[in-house]
Amino acid sequence: MVILQVSNLKKHFPVTSGVFLRRTGWVYALDGVSFTVNKGETLGIVGESGCGKTTLGRCIMGLYAPSDGQVMIQDQDVSRLTAKQRKHLALNLQMIFQDPFESLNPRQTVKDILEEKYIIHGKKTKNLTSEIARLMETVGLLPEMLSKFPHEFSGGQRQRIGVARAISLEPEIIVCDEPVSALDVSVQSKILNLLLELQRTMGLTYVFISHDLSVVKHVSDRIAVMYLGKIVEMADARDIYKNGQHPYTQALLSSIPLPDPASNRDRIILKGEVPSVEHPPSGCRFNTRCVHVQPICRQTEPELRKNATDPNHVTACHFFI
Amino acid sequence: MDAQTILDVRDLKIDFHTEMGVTRAVDQVDFQLKKGRILGIAGESGCGKSVTALSIMRLLPKPVSRIVQGRIMFDGVNMVTLPINELHRIRGKKIAMIFQEPMTALNPVHGIGKQIMEVYRLHFPDFSPREMTTAAVRLLEKVGISDPHQVMKKYPHQLSGGMRQRVMIAMSLACEPQILIADEPTTALDVTVQAQILALIKDLQRTSGMSVILITHDLGVIAENCDDVVVMYAGRIAEKAPTTTLFKHPLHPYTKGLLTSIPSLAREPKTILPTIKGAVPSLLNMPEGCRFASRCPRVENICRKKVPQERRMDQNHTVACHLADA
Repeated sequence: MVILQVSNLKKHFPVTSGVFLRRTGWVYALDGVSFTVNKGETLGIVGESGCGKTTLGRCIMGLYAPSDGQVMIQDQDVSRLTAKQRKHLALNLQMIFQDPFESLNPRQTVKDILEEKYIIHGKKTKNLTSEIARLMETVGLLPEMLSKFPHEFSGGQRQRIGVARAISLEPEIIVCDEPVSALDVSVQSKILNLLLELQRTMGLTYVFISHDLSVVKHVSDRIAVMYLGKIVEMADARDIYKNGQHPYTQALLSSIPLPDPASNRDRIILKGEVPSVEHPPSGCRFNTRCVHVQPICRQTEPELRKNATDPNHVTACHFFI
Repeated sequence: MDAQTILDVRDLKIDFHTEMGVTRAVDQVDFQLKKGRILGIAGESGCGKSVTALSIMRLLPKPVSRIVQGRIMFDGVNMVTLPINELHRIRGKKIAMIFQEPMTALNPVHGIGKQIMEVYRLHFPDFSPREMTTAAVRLLEKVGISDPHQVMKKYPHQLSGGMRQRVMIAMSLACEPQILIADEPTTALDVTVQAQILALIKDLQRTSGMSVILITHDLGVIAENCDDVVVMYAGRIAEKAPTTTLFKHPLHPYTKGLLTSIPSLAREPKTILPTIKGAVPSLLNMPEGCRFASRCPRVENICRKKVPQERRMDQNHTVACHLADA
């Protein structure tokens, strides 16, 4: 069952300059992104800085109004909701943020932070305290910690509070924007386990955004690889790692440092860096760094095409078979 | 100190004086850097890896921190007690350092060219301005910058993260140092750029024969780039070994735990990852005995009472654990 549908989503930010903030150009943060997410699955979004993955997360949340295209959740267009409908949608759509230091109000106790959601949505009941205590246990924290302030917790514990806040109203979809990138390896694995566990018990659907391919592979059912505001390849998690077709996916995979000194793989080291989103290259956006570049790549933009054998695997490259 | 050892750190202890009391950020740290090798120092935040690196250059923040004990022998001198004017002749010239965030390490109000030439002005005062410019251009070419004359005229904010890190590396190589200390040099960069920068460091190391200390939290970076590894935990060294040995036969329970908790590509997706229970104890409140005891799956009574000393398990493999056996 499709729970989230993103179609031809575009988000362009104006670039302004001078005293009168004259618009001098556009940043094409998202330039025609389409995908669907089924109930209970995890779609991983992976890409380097500036690829538009965070903008995508925010558009899904309705925090940015898209320039074009739409985000449909349960037959509702997220960007065209009234305030009341938007509030209602929040019961089903939540977010976990990257920085557990900045996403929690330092002046609120954990109890206040967690209670706020119930109050806003008019779900404050008599046994709210016990419900919040149970919530703390679910995410692996002690109920005694409720009266503490965020600064009294470690990074991992703070992220657990962030998770508790997101799941408190039992939503269906959670957008996770780099939920573990600020954490140490040994803490990271615990948060990933918690997210997987919660998905199993609560039937959650995740949109999991990260720059770390190993992390994305570990939590996702399907993965979309983004480059300069576009999806260049999308496939099942196992498939993309075994059988990545797009030259960018292949390069990205080969640049992950593997914790195995014995591995003797051929590394593809890309030349140059990601071009500016303000002036994306013509044709295929990856053509400036691609090792297989041909004249056609500079002229025509490749469309996402289905793999001959596997319709779930789509790639946007002129030379993909 | 044998002829192959270029830097010898012995029994280093560093204290930090904080509002809440004195903490020992680095305790009994002991390692050797061999000529022409890349030594990795791995560990999670707060394990003391950066403090150790800074102490080699005597760059620790004053007056909050102090080296209370230990020697850092380089070129026959002890860096810990060296007078400041003599230290200036080593710092930046014989031992150079690059940092995690090239934007904060570069001066935003000076052009790139001026900043690179400053190194020459300090260490080679008899260079003419023209010689300095040629040398700076050659350096930028060496670190893979294709239009060095253009880059010389630019300011740090006009360059991308990867380019800034290349400039930092160029500056650190200006005096052809014997040791390069790289403190998380690629943590702020994207993976594809990280691969470029690490390949560059490795390449420069091979051609110049310098020794490198690479500090990182990423065990993948260690595995792919280092010859030897030091694993630190809560201010102490847990394990030391050549890279291949460490990844094949980790002996310390902490190293083992770290290695298994990485979500590696080889692992089946959506499976529960093995974890290390608990959290790193606070530096202000370190347990007696082994600092890893509260999280260790093999803990015994002795671990809570006695600090484990480093034991040599193999020619180059040492581990600080009472229970580890080869």
